[in-house]
Amino acid sequence: MEFLDTITQSEYAYGFTTLIDSDTLPPGLNEDVIRVISAKKNEPEWMLDWRLEAFKIWQGMTEPEWANVVYEKPDFQAISYYSAPKPKKTIDSLDEVDPELLKTFEKLGISLDEQKRLSGVAMDVVVDSVSVKTTFQAKLKEIGIIFCPMSEAVRDHPELVKKYLGTIVPRTDNFYAALNSAVFTDGSFCYIPKGVRCPMELSTYFRINEAGTGQFERTLIVAEESSYVSYLEGCTAPMRDENQLHAAVVELVALDGAEIKYSTVQNWYPGDANGKGGVFNFVTKRGLCERNAKISWTQVETGSAVTWKYPSCILKGENSVGEFYSVAVTNHHQQADTGTKMIHLGRNTRSTIVAKGICAGKSNGSYRGLVKMGPRAKNARNFSQCDSLLMGDACGTHTFPYIEIENSTAKVEHEATTSKIGADQLFYCNQRGIPTEEAIALIVNGYCKEVLNQLPMEFAIEAQKLLALSLEGSVG
Amino acid sequence: MLKIQDLHASIEGQPILNGVTLELKPGEVHAIMGPNGSGKSTLANIIAGRDEYTIESGNIEFEGVDLSELSPEERAHLGIFLSFQYPVEIPGVSVTNFIKTAINQHRKARGQEPMEAKDMLRLMREKMELLEMDKGFLSRSLNEGFSGGEKKRNEIFQMALLEPKLAILDETDSGLDIDALRIVAQGVNALRSPDRAILVITHYQRLLDYIRPDFVHVLHKGRIVKSGDKSLALELEKRGYDWLKETAS
Repeated sequence: MEFLDTITQSEYAYGFTTLIDSDTLPPGLNEDVIRVISAKKNEPEWMLDWRLEAFKIWQGMTEPEWANVVYEKPDFQAISYYSAPKPKKTIDSLDEVDPELLKTFEKLGISLDEQKRLSGVAMDVVVDSVSVKTTFQAKLKEIGIIFCPMSEAVRDHPELVKKYLGTIVPRTDNFYAALNSAVFTDGSFCYIPKGVRCPMELSTYFRINEAGTGQFERTLIVAEESSYVSYLEGCTAPMRDENQLHAAVVELVALDGAEIKYSTVQNWYPGDANGKGGVFNFVTKRGLCERNAKISWTQVETGSAVTWKYPSCILKGENSVGEFYSVAVTNHHQQADTGTKMIHLGRNTRSTIVAKGICAGKSNGSYRGLVKMGPRAKNARNFSQCDSLLMGDACGTHTFPYIEIENSTAKVEHEATTSKIGADQLFYCNQRGIPTEEAIALIVNGYCKEVLNQLPMEFAIEAQKLLALSLEGSVG
Repeated sequence: MLKIQDLHASIEGQPILNGVTLELKPGEVHAIMGPNGSGKSTLANIIAGRDEYTIESGNIEFEGVDLSELSPEERAHLGIFLSFQYPVEIPGVSVTNFIKTAINQHRKARGQEPMEAKDMLRLMREKMELLEMDKGFLSRSLNEGFSGGEKKRNEIFQMALLEPKLAILDETDSGLDIDALRIVAQGVNALRSPDRAILVITHYQRLLDYIRPDFVHVLHKGRIVKSGDKSLALELEKRGYDWLKETAS
């Protein structure tokens, strides 16, 4: 690709030493930029080498075009790949916050303290959030759990990071994973020791380094034998971000008998009602299950202008279990191509896929899923259910199921439905005194129930409200 | 309570009601009978506010309020209840959750706080007994996989909980066996009161053996062609509708 040549061949105008002093790198990507990122993070040599190798791999790759989405490709030369974490501008009270944003918070039922945190109100008087975090950190440390920013893990736990980073999503995996490997600046690392059951839901909310979410996040969760962890990612509050491109990588390792539950609520800025602006969310998420291990992905996707995301499970060990529960909402001009891959390698492996798409406005939603039964996956089972709910007649929904079976004892079931919120359903609710907006919320939440039930309680309630909010004004 | 005057209505330009005049007073039970396509269900839907129909002329008033400007939910909040001929399915929404939402929306319209969970449950139990329903019913998805009888019982169950001033029963007897019919009628009769009016729409007079009307009207080609008391229903049973069709045309 020509632009890659331009980026990589041109001399970096600013030189290495000036770069290291600046807070924000000028746009563009080359080896020097990666060296700066690595230096800014005080990374050891091996990490830098790993990044540079990823960069080489990326240069040889082309952007994928197979997804059922249409967008203007990002100009990789126009992106700045490092910006020093700036403390959020703090304000004194909620009175100074955009009233529109406050209205949204209210509809979502977000507590006042949380509202203040999200809008950057100085919190020292109301809630000592630092001390809350510290308490949690201390508690986790006591039982041997490591939960810290990725950059800290690279410095403090190099043996663990070296052992697992890039083993589930290799640098060669895809265009965006390679890019992420070269330039990631932020993310979480989580390690659960053998036999430990993490006593609380871990969420990025409690991460010590609250520098704001990076453009290229890198998350690695390692659950040792017979351990358990539930991890929450994202936030129901609308996340505005000036970065258009988000390319995260999440790797999960569930060793023998371990269980990882990974829940996401994604609400990045979807662009305005006319389809202007909005985040591109190109994510690679994958987990590996060893013997008797279980990985469960639950996602509620309501944001982003373009989403491209397939949380997957490699069911390597016998009796391992993979689950994928997903609600993907698109409204206005949003586009989502999302689904999962269940790769059955071991004997008696089982997987469940429940994917619920909701399309409104002029949006376009696709489910894309692969179920692969390897030659040694004797008696492996999969059940997939893919439902689509349409609102109005200007939206589109598509299902692309791929099934590859390489042994005769495997069983794969696939069910799919497409339905519409009908005038009959709405009139029925109206007649019972339920206004249309509330009726839509009721119907949509009923439709998504199986997925919402998988979320931790509080998250589920917020997610319900978020769904209603995302679809506001989409009927009638 | 309900006053309909010379009502003309159409759907997609096709006239369906051609001058219906009808008045229901509190405490009264009226039955509307008529052959298929006579406009019975249309009348029920227009009173409830379904927007597919266009009112060409005439008035509908409920307790002195012109209904034509009100949304279906506003009419519901005034106390108008329609028991549907074909209740719709809402997958994943339990009977409890649906009714809870409905009751609380009614309360909200009256400026009241949502009902306490335990009061709600007590109320539901009480009405379930009346309609001989089993407990598992409450947690099932609304109308999903319900038998014809269960659907209709669920309609009357909701009616009992919402305590409307005007209840319209649209072909409530269709799809019911004799036991279910008895139970449903029992539920309706329990709601009869001096300040509540009931409009029963039915094709057959069978239901009227259980829910005894004060007045019977025959609708044909969008007009009431004959009114009378209970004996009219019996006469229709014997002679069919044809003799009335002749007199009407």
